[in-house]
Amino acid sequence: MNVNLTHAILAVITSEEGPVESGGAVVFRIRDEKERERVAKYIGTVTLGMVHDLRNGTYIVVKHG
Amino acid sequence: MPSHLIAAVALGTAIGALARFDTLRIDYRQYPSYPQGYTIHMTLGVIASFLGAVAIPALSARDFAAASFLALAATQFREVRNIERETLLNLEESELVPRGKAYIEGIARVFEARNYLAMMTAFVTSGATVIAGSLLNSLAWALAAGVVAGALAWWAIKRGVRGPHVGDLVELRIVPIQFDGPLLTVGGVALMNIGLEEARQRYLQEGIGVEMIPKNPDAKATLANIGQRQAIAHDASTLVGITKEVDEPYFTPLVRRDGRSGKVVMAIVPAEKNPEALLEALRRVPVLEAAVRRPTKSLAGRLMD
Repeated sequence: MNVNLTHAILAVITSEEGPVESGGAVVFRIRDEKERERVAKYIGTVTLGMVHDLRNGTYIVVKHG
Repeated sequence: MPSHLIAAVALGTAIGALARFDTLRIDYRQYPSYPQGYTIHMTLGVIASFLGAVAIPALSARDFAAASFLALAATQFREVRNIERETLLNLEESELVPRGKAYIEGIARVFEARNYLAMMTAFVTSGATVIAGSLLNSLAWALAAGVVAGALAWWAIKRGVRGPHVGDLVELRIVPIQFDGPLLTVGGVALMNIGLEEARQRYLQEGIGVEMIPKNPDAKATLANIGQRQAIAHDASTLVGITKEVDEPYFTPLVRRDGRSGKVVMAIVPAEKNPEALLEALRRVPVLEAAVRRPTKSLAGRLMD
């Protein structure tokens, strides 16, 4: 059987004191802005997920369908 | 069976098969494009034409068994729709921009209907041949009458079954793509949140934004259908190409609706930035039967207008 995750947050990439604590997804805490975007991009590529910017220093990687 | 009846069946089958062949040529965006695909559809088309062609000659030869067999055999063509649906659904996974179930259903119906159209053309052709044969007593003139009747029938059927296109429902215009922070917006409608700066830059440099403004309330209701919008995205990306790769979900063309005005917007990063080609592609997207809504045909709908 083939099971797919859809509309699920796969990873959270946030600043060191970001608003995100923990949860179902992996949380990456990265202080540097450029580095955060790079990590978000790489995780997005690997998981075929979409990188969304929440504009508070937090990126989430979401698998849409 | 007398010879002019056999000639009528042969002529009807031939013209019906030609009609089916004609519809094979015009469906450039659908999938029979290889000899195997053509063979499947031509074979069924010829069988359908034969069934159509045999009806009136069989009746005039007082062969009611053959005529009623036609009705039985016609039901077999319903299977065509299932085959088409299944095939296209299986192919869906390998599409970068899927067609969507509503579009597939529409294509499957069209394929089923085309066999009936071939059957009808063959029916008219052989019917006209038989009638002309009994009136004129000349096989050559009977065949000529059959050809003319068949051609006229085909011309009328082809005109009659042509559905509307998106270009008939909306006014299209190119509008700039803008970013509100990470939000990709076209004509004031937010399409998606793009987190990566380089993807945003690509959209700004290579992307094209289109606004589709419905011409009337019916068009507005039709475009609200998700399947219709998916068909627009699929056809646009097929015809003008997309630069998306599987790990770049942000380059999936999205078609979103402004709930208040009913206008529909789209952003796409085509293979080549040619706005005119994109507009032309969008105008030609078929309006799906499953999506058509006509609220203005009811009193309530007219009161709302």
